[in-house]
Amino acid sequence: MKLEIKGLTKRFGSFTANDHIDLTVEPGEIHCLLGENGAGKSTLMNMLYGLLEPTEGQIVVDGEPVTFSTPGEAIEAGIGMVHQHFMLVPVFTVAENVMLGREQTRRGVLDRKAASRLVRDLSDRYGLKVDPDALVENLPVGVQQRVEILKALANDAKVLILDEPTAVLTPQEIDELMAIMRGLKEQGTSIIFITHKLREVKAIGDRISVIRRGKVVGTAQPSASEAELAELMVGRSVQLTVDKAPATSGAAVLEARGISVVDPRGHLVVKDVSFEARAGEVLGIAGVQGNGQTELIKSLLGLVRPDAGQVWIDGRDISRHNPRESLEEGIGYVPEDRSHDGFVGSFSVRENLVLDLFRNEEFSRGPVLKRDAIEANARHRIEEFDIRTETMETPVASLSGGNQQKVVVAREFSRPLKVLIASQPTRGVDVGSIEFIHKRIIAERDRGTAVIIVSTELDEIYALSDRIAVMYDGRIVGTVDPSIPREEIGLMMAGATTSAAANGGAA
Amino acid sequence: MTTTTTGPAPASPGPGAPEAPVRDRADVRRQVRLVITFGLVLASLVVFALLVDDPAFTYLLGEKRTAEFVPKDGNATYISWGAVVIAAIALVLAALDRFPRGWKGALLGILVGLAFYAGFLMWAYTDQAEGGIQVFIANPIPGTIRIATPLVLGALAGCLCERAGVINIAIEAQFLSGAFFASVFSSIAYSSLVFIPVALCAVFGLLGGVLAGVLIAAMLGWFALRYRVNQVVLGVVLVAFATGLTSFLLGQIPSDHKETLNDPQVLEKIEIPVLADIPVVGDALFNQTLLVYLMYASVALVTFLLFQTRWGLRVRAVGEHPKAADTVGIQVNRVRWQAVLLGGVFAGLGGAYYTVGSTGAFDREVSAGTGFIALAAVIMGRWHPVGATFAAVFFGFMWNLQNQLSFVQPVPGELLGAAPYLATIIAVAGFVGRVRPPAADGEPYVKE
Repeated sequence: MKLEIKGLTKRFGSFTANDHIDLTVEPGEIHCLLGENGAGKSTLMNMLYGLLEPTEGQIVVDGEPVTFSTPGEAIEAGIGMVHQHFMLVPVFTVAENVMLGREQTRRGVLDRKAASRLVRDLSDRYGLKVDPDALVENLPVGVQQRVEILKALANDAKVLILDEPTAVLTPQEIDELMAIMRGLKEQGTSIIFITHKLREVKAIGDRISVIRRGKVVGTAQPSASEAELAELMVGRSVQLTVDKAPATSGAAVLEARGISVVDPRGHLVVKDVSFEARAGEVLGIAGVQGNGQTELIKSLLGLVRPDAGQVWIDGRDISRHNPRESLEEGIGYVPEDRSHDGFVGSFSVRENLVLDLFRNEEFSRGPVLKRDAIEANARHRIEEFDIRTETMETPVASLSGGNQQKVVVAREFSRPLKVLIASQPTRGVDVGSIEFIHKRIIAERDRGTAVIIVSTELDEIYALSDRIAVMYDGRIVGTVDPSIPREEIGLMMAGATTSAAANGGAA
Repeated sequence: MTTTTTGPAPASPGPGAPEAPVRDRADVRRQVRLVITFGLVLASLVVFALLVDDPAFTYLLGEKRTAEFVPKDGNATYISWGAVVIAAIALVLAALDRFPRGWKGALLGILVGLAFYAGFLMWAYTDQAEGGIQVFIANPIPGTIRIATPLVLGALAGCLCERAGVINIAIEAQFLSGAFFASVFSSIAYSSLVFIPVALCAVFGLLGGVLAGVLIAAMLGWFALRYRVNQVVLGVVLVAFATGLTSFLLGQIPSDHKETLNDPQVLEKIEIPVLADIPVVGDALFNQTLLVYLMYASVALVTFLLFQTRWGLRVRAVGEHPKAADTVGIQVNRVRWQAVLLGGVFAGLGGAYYTVGSTGAFDREVSAGTGFIALAAVIMGRWHPVGATFAAVFFGFMWNLQNQLSFVQPVPGELLGAAPYLATIIAVAGFVGRVRPPAADGEPYVKE
């Protein structure tokens, strides 16, 4: 099936998310859509899938112009989509998820056997191993993604859209996904592969279209260098590595011993984790999302009470501290979900910059805030951290992701810190801001702060860390030096212990 | 390679090593809760047993004394101390952390509950002779079924709505309006519509109840799905609306029109041959009105619909992850509308119980808040029609117990009056354990 997009435009009010986009996907082609967060990739795909209605432009399938006002119509036309946030019902089985929307019945009763058979047939044909009767919520993310692909294939998708499919996968799972994609391509399925990761584009793409600020700014061949692609994507030349001197590690500042956390559903999600963070050193915590990192960090802060174990800062037990007391011990915290935990969206930049500081004498006297001091602080931080905002009174919610993150970082860095804990410090942040935030983190390290970085992006872990702890299934499976190759860390992220990884490992 | 073992503690074990030696806090809480509960049960059972002076009591296998059912004599001693033994076994198991889980645990729990019930009855019904009135333990099942009938129907409505992601606090509103219009329809059918046979007038009343239930459901759907009003607030408002409306309409009926508008024919009991002859339970379960049989059928029907049909799969999908349903071409709000309206049918039937299903004429707030108890049954039954049915039967049992005990001397009446509500709170708060409502319950679905 040949898919053409002609002059497709989407406006939200005065904001143009997609501006006259032209794109052609040939049958059996893997077409990569490369662009930064917020460049307009998802908007484009949602129009293609009937979730959004285009303001202007045309979608042409095999020479016939079509319009999709619901996903049902897009599916009918042979378009399948694997969403970044999976569209699976967690309490249903694989077969139930696959049959949903196209259920077969026998005398009114759901034909679950037929659905299981279909799943088994498809998974044999395309090499996607899945147990049709497993509950989706019990499956690892990589397998859940396979279920998403199966769902699309069950609908006879001729064009498959994969929206940031690698964000939640281990390096090995990414390899498997790419093998699956090649298999699909051989059987004639076209694939639109959306990503912001240059490495993947080069590894799998037949053709690359780059999107910036809602426009297609160019096409490239997979043979292009990463630097070229990055420049096309960002619009200027970018530095892909972080300059840093070797660390001068000092004494352990933060020590965690035997931390275990049970989540509200009763699962043990952090299992007897012990580590230490040393002054002047970056400890990177790597791992696929959902392996206990979130809960571990929250337990360090006092946002959840660990069910076992203790945390010390400079030898003082802070395990029973509430978050404010922990912050007062000198912890700086950049949360992984900034819009949820990092700022109050409807508050201004000025107010958000003192959100955990307004109690200090510097900013308040008794119950009264010192307006002048808070304004001076805002002016100073906005300049120092290059926060792009119209005024200091602009609500943070209306800033771009990168600038929102800079507000959080600026606030946390404006206190004297002993420990900096940053979770996903650059998630959903543009390349320019990534460079800036990385530099500031290294500067903080060089000032003698113990830094803990939690990231699911291996590139980021490698760029910043002086030591890497890998988490899998609630445990730290090993702590290694950043000189070890990516493949070994990848194996550890899938649960291999350090020694097994060193021996070539079993994945 | 540097395999640094960090921190003062030994290295974390790799996968395959035994689980970290932490006991789930919730697990510990469960044990503590069980020990305390069984401890209290055991203590009160011992007290009950010791307080029995004269172990003679009388019981009846039926609900009322008839030619078929005559009182028989029993001995309380064995029953009282047997109950103590059961509670003691449960306490020991819980204390040793050997109390079974899953259905075995549930069964053992029910057994302890029955033991408590038996021990309590022995205390309440012995040593009654001085008063001169003969009191006997009557069969609790017929009363339980009667009271549970509207609760079950209301809970089924709740299950349907909430499985589809719409919170239904308005079951009480559906009960009230169902009760009122069932009465009106039945009365009109009897007094004005000559072509309807007398025996069918009450059935015609059921139709009125269903219509009223669906009407309230339509209001719920209209505001919750169309205008995305907060569903909890909306439900409470609908209850206030239905209370006011039915009271107002009742007041508008002139006294000389009572017979034509609010003097309904009630449903007749229908005995099912063979089944009704089963000892102890047969008469209670299978010599009932049409409404009770409809209730049995509804439980099976809703369970089948939700879990075995295409429609049910879609209902559950829109209640759990509406966006996922949308992306496979399911029209979320249409499915939600269907579930809410179908729920109205069952809730309306439940309301009809309070007039044509039992006493007859409608009275102000005749359902007395039972719609909220039905809602509690939904939660305690974990949003499953069968679970909700069991919960509703349990509440019906407590209610019936209160009615029966109001004739017995040693139990203070005020406390008894509160007992069913108290049981509801304890059951919902304490014994449901970890419940997970449908993930999108109460969340309107908005396309981006």
